[in-house]
Amino acid sequence: MLEDVFRDEWGRVLASLVGYLGDFDEAEEAAQEAFAIAAQRWPVSGVPANPGAWLVTTARNRAIDRIRRQRTLAQKIHLLPVPEATVDEFDDTVIKDERLELIFTCCHPALPLDGQVALTLRALGGLETADIARAFLVSEETMKRRLSRAKVKIKATGIPFAVPDAHLLPDRLDAVLAVLYLIFNEGYSGRLDLGAEAIRLGQVLAALMPDEPEAHGLLALMMLHHARRRARFSGDDGADLVLLEDQDRSLWDHRQIAAGQAVLDRALALGGRGAYVVQAAIASLQTAERIDWSQVAELYRRLVDLTGSPVVELNRAVAIAQAGDPAAALAAVDRLDLDGYRYVHSTRGELLRRLGRHDEARAAYRRALELATSTPERRFLTRRLEEF
Amino acid sequence: MQYALMIYAEPGYADALPDAEREAVREGFAALAADSRCVVGTALLPAETATCVRVVGGRTLMTDGPFADTKEVLGGFALIEAANLDEALELAARVPPARLGGVVEVRPVAAN
Repeated sequence: MLEDVFRDEWGRVLASLVGYLGDFDEAEEAAQEAFAIAAQRWPVSGVPANPGAWLVTTARNRAIDRIRRQRTLAQKIHLLPVPEATVDEFDDTVIKDERLELIFTCCHPALPLDGQVALTLRALGGLETADIARAFLVSEETMKRRLSRAKVKIKATGIPFAVPDAHLLPDRLDAVLAVLYLIFNEGYSGRLDLGAEAIRLGQVLAALMPDEPEAHGLLALMMLHHARRRARFSGDDGADLVLLEDQDRSLWDHRQIAAGQAVLDRALALGGRGAYVVQAAIASLQTAERIDWSQVAELYRRLVDLTGSPVVELNRAVAIAQAGDPAAALAAVDRLDLDGYRYVHSTRGELLRRLGRHDEARAAYRRALELATSTPERRFLTRRLEEF
Repeated sequence: MQYALMIYAEPGYADALPDAEREAVREGFAALAADSRCVVGTALLPAETATCVRVVGGRTLMTDGPFADTKEVLGGFALIEAANLDEALELAARVPPARLGGVVEVRPVAAN
């Protein structure tokens, strides 16, 4: 319970302190101190009416005390004086929400991508450094260094704590969305907590930027995929991939699907036609009892126009085949210049099999088998080859 | 804050450009030099004119040519005054070689 309040409040409290103190490390230290005091007091005295304001005020007071102490020390040893400006100007009744400033600072493209990801999870998500390290399969020391390098660069290079100007905003928002989607996809390959964490961050961003369709589009996309996570894997070790058509739909989280669709509706109502909105629309169509594959193919065509990605074009071809036209699908696949991509060959094999061209199908499956990298994939393709 | 913009480009990158584009490059540099945020800035003579100096055991050693033997060479630099990194990066993006295959390295100066 207390932990939930802490997780919810961490980003807002830290953002407010970074804005106030102008320094990540000092802000983090002050926030930690305030949360530690709360952990002692709240179980006895109860959670205050406005826990966020309480935490920010307490943290500010502690930070000011520390600055005063350091200043006294500095005077004693005749070092440079600490400026006084920060001491008296705070108002403890209104705590401005500065999480958007924090998001844009953490996801600044001048920072290395792994640093952006780590800092977003730490500063905004309130995850412990050790947990982030575990999720990304690196040592805690490595993750500490990564975070510290990012914070040093923010300070040394003058990365602003601000929402970018309008003419910079589209590019910078893209960078933020890319970081959240990257976090989500880390979680999607098996580490569930990061998927949920990305959704939490996506909810914060969508609430802070209620008129940005792509922020809603990304949130909808993540929710619609996350809702199916329990049906995506099977086997004793939970590592066997289950294809969409074979998934046990009773394992889907239908409430999250409905919520994701509502977010998608909002994105569409805002005129959203970007890559995340289109992908969310595809994911939404794929939750239907009978999937409208020709509409899915049409959306993939739009996504090809937006991204120019041959992998997306391959997905479009699969949708065309599912809609009942394997010959058109094969023609689309054969136009692709993706010879080293194994899924091209397994897809070709499947399409040729459906068209009754068995010799060519076998050759395509064999090529896919040559390129396969994992045991489940090899098992799957070998089984396919034996079926002829 | 003050930032150094170090401008790297392939020697002669502007030679093959059409006249209008070459004129745009010239104007781009002139605009940077005239910008009130530009403290100092200049182009450098070609890398062939460079001499590297190091002192080893009290002896001064000299070698001909630039320090790093790369395709892009340091062709100029500017010292600018900007409110923050975003403003510095925007100025850097307006330096002509940045859009013509070159690169501008942006570094805060240590005295900030």
